[in-house]
Amino acid sequence: MAAGPYSAKVMDHFMNPRNVGEIEGADGIGEVGNPACGDMMRLYLKIEDGRVVDARFRTFGCGAAIASSSMLTEMIKGKTVEEAREITNHSVAEALDGLPAVKIHCSVMAEQAVKSALDDYGKKHPGQ
Amino acid sequence: MAKVFFDHISTTPLDPRVLSAMMPYLTEWYGNPSSHIHEQGQASLRAVDRARGEVAALIGARPQEVVFTSGATESNNLAVLGAVDGSGPAKRHVIVSEVEHFSVMNALIPLRNAGGPVTVLPVDRDGLVDPAAVRKAIRPDTALVSVMHANSEIGTIEPVEEVGKVTREHGVTFHVDATASAGHIPFDVREIPADLVTLSAHNFYGPKGVGALYIREGAKIGARTFGGFQEMGYRAGTENVPGIVGMGTAAAIASAEAGAWAGHLNRLGRMLWDGIAGIPLLHFTGHPSNRLPGHVSFWVEHAEGESLLLFLNIRGIMAASGSACSSNLRGHDEEDLVASPVLRAIGVPSDICTGSITFSLGKGNTEEEVRLAVSSLPEIVERLRAMSPTYLDYQKQTAQGG
Repeated sequence: MAAGPYSAKVMDHFMNPRNVGEIEGADGIGEVGNPACGDMMRLYLKIEDGRVVDARFRTFGCGAAIASSSMLTEMIKGKTVEEAREITNHSVAEALDGLPAVKIHCSVMAEQAVKSALDDYGKKHPGQ
Repeated sequence: MAKVFFDHISTTPLDPRVLSAMMPYLTEWYGNPSSHIHEQGQASLRAVDRARGEVAALIGARPQEVVFTSGATESNNLAVLGAVDGSGPAKRHVIVSEVEHFSVMNALIPLRNAGGPVTVLPVDRDGLVDPAAVRKAIRPDTALVSVMHANSEIGTIEPVEEVGKVTREHGVTFHVDATASAGHIPFDVREIPADLVTLSAHNFYGPKGVGALYIREGAKIGARTFGGFQEMGYRAGTENVPGIVGMGTAAAIASAEAGAWAGHLNRLGRMLWDGIAGIPLLHFTGHPSNRLPGHVSFWVEHAEGESLLLFLNIRGIMAASGSACSSNLRGHDEEDLVASPVLRAIGVPSDICTGSITFSLGKGNTEEEVRLAVSSLPEIVERLRAMSPTYLDYQKQTAQGG
């Protein structure tokens, strides 16, 4: 069901978000947020042999922020670290069948969360 | 699915009696009131005059003191810019409260650009303006004081009678934006010393696109629309006859029935307030008792406003939010995402403002609808908190006794 400015896909991910939660002993944790707009995302990654095997998130934010987080966790699973680094806000927004112009920053948050989590992974696992 | 409209502060449904009164002026009687020699024009002119009397009666005014406009925005623009214009070049200073509507606040932009001084008065945590602060702010060059009657977002009713006494004492023009309150709670210009009062038809079960500005006889106001001589010269342009007729009928209905509506709405509002007060980390906004009937506003921690609205909407409950993320969805870019100035004015932190909700009930709402909202909200809040990293941190801190 599409609602207001959102596509049916955004609403599906908003109402039934995938992979909400934490990962105990995550290999990489990313946290990004924009308190002025009131959204914040924490991304947990489990990485084995250079490949993302699990992803979980917690997000405080609007419909677009929650849907972008949920979509991102689906997209990133199974990707190598290198492939994961190539996820952009456009690919997240596209996978959601688009976002309203003022909500693009929510998908940017998802992209930044990946970078932040992978940077954390790099620090925790130097040389990998 | 239920369809529960709890967003009457944004607009109200048209009363069927209002529509019936308007219909002949959309079909049979199409004359221009200025062409009042023939039957068609005469019928329209009589209808406009009757409506003027009905709107005047709602606020205890004389018919010749009511000017019809296209709505509250135009009325507020006319009041602010017209009052400064009418007070002459020596008086340019304007005093407004911090919680005025955008149509008052943004009308100050051209005045500021022209070098006009503006004083913005702060409000207290309940959103109240202090009449003593108005007294202190008045200067010899003050042209206008503008304070709203009731705030749409937080429901607080301002002490306009006391503010009016101060402005009257100092001979300063006083404008009251009564958009949210008129037709719901009493406002009588014989008791409240206001010189200009803004009214909006669609906020009290009338049609959209029509409003009025009460201009006290003798007040010096410059016109903002230039053309013919309609509306006593204050507002040129052929009258919106069906709209004006609708506003008149809505005013007559409100004059007769608003007391009963308020009783019903105060009861429902209390039910709703008490029903959600137990939600942890929920904070009501606005004055606890001196507020609009059936108006319940609050913010909750660790749940974002737009997400709350989306889930409420899924349950069939239509409400409003001061949330940055929901209020400017049609904005051009992120710069348009700004937390509500009203919530900032009452001291709600900007990163938390985003979780604000306004439930505004109307005469057609029922106890059953209130029960639906009361039973839905805790679960929605819980669901959003369950995925919020800020709530996770809060719980960990609380567990540690922090």
